Amino acid sequence: MAIGKTAIEAVGVTKIFQSSGQDSLKALDNVSVTIGENEFFTLLGPSGCGKTTLLRLIAGFDFPTDGQILLHGQDIAPLPPFQRPVNTVFQNYALFPHMTVGQNIGFGLEMQGKPKAQVEARVAEMLRLVQMEELKNRRTSQISGGQQQRVALARALAPEPKVLLLDEPLSALDYKLRKEMQIELKRLQNETGITFIFVTHDQEEALTMSDRIAVMSKGKILQVGSPRDIYDRPAVRFVANFIGETNFLEGKVVSTAKGQAKIALDSGATISAGLGEGAKPSGKVTVVVRPEHASLVAASGKATLSGKLENIVYFGTDTHYHVKLNGGGEFTIRHQNVHAGALGFEKGDKVGVLFGAEAARVLRD
Amino acid sequence: MARTFSVRTQPGFTFIAMFCFFLLYLPIVTLVVYAFNSGQSVAIWEGFSFRWFESAWHNRAVQEASLRSIFLAAFAATLSTLVATMAALATTRTAPYPGLTFKYAFINQPLMVPEIVTAVALLIVFSRIKVWTGYSGIAYLLAAHTAFCIPFAYLPIRARLENMDLTLERAAADLYATPWNAFKRVTLPLLWPGIIAGFMLAFVISLDDVVITEFVKSGGQETLPTYMLGQLRRVVTPEINAIATVFLLISVAFVTTFFIINRRKP
Repeated sequence: MAIGKTAIEAVGVTKIFQSSGQDSLKALDNVSVTIGENEFFTLLGPSGCGKTTLLRLIAGFDFPTDGQILLHGQDIAPLPPFQRPVNTVFQNYALFPHMTVGQNIGFGLEMQGKPKAQVEARVAEMLRLVQMEELKNRRTSQISGGQQQRVALARALAPEPKVLLLDEPLSALDYKLRKEMQIELKRLQNETGITFIFVTHDQEEALTMSDRIAVMSKGKILQVGSPRDIYDRPAVRFVANFIGETNFLEGKVVSTAKGQAKIALDSGATISAGLGEGAKPSGKVTVVVRPEHASLVAASGKATLSGKLENIVYFGTDTHYHVKLNGGGEFTIRHQNVHAGALGFEKGDKVGVLFGAEAARVLRD
Repeated sequence: MARTFSVRTQPGFTFIAMFCFFLLYLPIVTLVVYAFNSGQSVAIWEGFSFRWFESAWHNRAVQEASLRSIFLAAFAATLSTLVATMAALATTRTAPYPGLTFKYAFINQPLMVPEIVTAVALLIVFSRIKVWTGYSGIAYLLAAHTAFCIPFAYLPIRARLENMDLTLERAAADLYATPWNAFKRVTLPLLWPGIIAGFMLAFVISLDDVVITEFVKSGGQETLPTYMLGQLRRVVTPEINAIATVFLLISVAFVTTFFIINRRKP
């Protein structure tokens, strides 16, 4: 998706945590990223990858060791949190236990010194937005987890921040509620037009909700792109591995032309695979193919790769076929189950694997 | 069938427990019972009466000592709670640094140093000051009581602060609250039970003190405990039991309130 005006921009941000010994931890390593206005942007990665640290730097709970954080072009990195037009939805919600739902939602506006009538009106509007009008005077301990989540959202949205930060806000909810809240979050983002920066380690959550995703590992951003970009065209091994299931094929580059490369696989076959923009690989490379982008065919000269069917695992909506490739290596194919029945292959059959150059992708390593 | 080990089912447990309770409470029960004795003796029961409570109530010396004790306790508890609150904030709302543990120990010093040592030290220092200034009023007692009450007020307040969810203060800052507003609107309301508990504990500790008071007080500055101690050196009547019984009641009321408040989760 096209990026409009820039809301937040991180420029060369580094964060080093100095612990009491000599050992220090580089939580963020020269990170630069641009997040557009009205964008649902997700920071995705395993725990310890630096995603929460980046969020905390944007919120102002911590300050970068080096680099700038620009909000509409102005460096906000040195400002304390209460001077930033940025609000946070905390992982544990952090609702004020001594205040009612309404008082929680109105807190930010009150602290901004807004007149009482205006605060009241906005609180009513926010309660309507999250469909909780009748719970205004409840204590936050008297409402359910899902309702607390909505109050936390309403509280953070009430002062109309330029950017809303969400720190794994759905992780405490059960599966069904989480699915509902995913849709709710998308709706709120559309209705308010506020930039959402969402932190999660859940790849499925990231894929379903985001306009763009930044995949992080060990303090670095490895790839930024739309969910489809990230999933279909992973740039590096970590991204391919972290998101969804993937087949990795090792080989050597024979030739490159027009965004495609001919690769001689270690197993013997030669295949064509897509290249990232401007990539000119040579020597040993890894090629990835998503399990659902390949199909299982009868063993013949037409097949891209050939092997023996080792295992068939039925999953309800789809079936996984595990193929032991001739020349070594394994390959998994995911086939959508259709009304007509199974593919008709048996365990032990000699089979072929078929995929085109557009399904295979050379990783940048 | 395997059963979880319980110390309560061990042989002799009941006997040992009962014996300990007996040792602990028999003297107190005796004291309370003889407060209602109608005779002159604290050892020979002659009949039930409230006469010693009445006699204590009308005793001028008891009245004065009681008022002084309560004033002293209220003042010392208020000031020490204020100081303890600031100390607790300073020692919990900071990143750990070398020397922090030492500071805890420093603040809690009165709990560690034998009371008699503090008492003698105060006696020496205050007597010097008395010579220099010529002042011999109640300020010495106020200062001494405030000082040894601080750690008692500090402990429950610090415990409360440590159990408080720090993200609440962060959330307040995130929602445009300046540090002062965040303290006033979020930290302080959540800290109140700790502050009240600290105040109550300090109050009881001050009310109860004998050793330091005995050393620091000037002539005519008896508190209730030092008055009682003085009485024991003369004729002992059940009046002293009556005073002790009322005293016990007040202390128990305070300590119970302290526990109820402190048990509530932040």
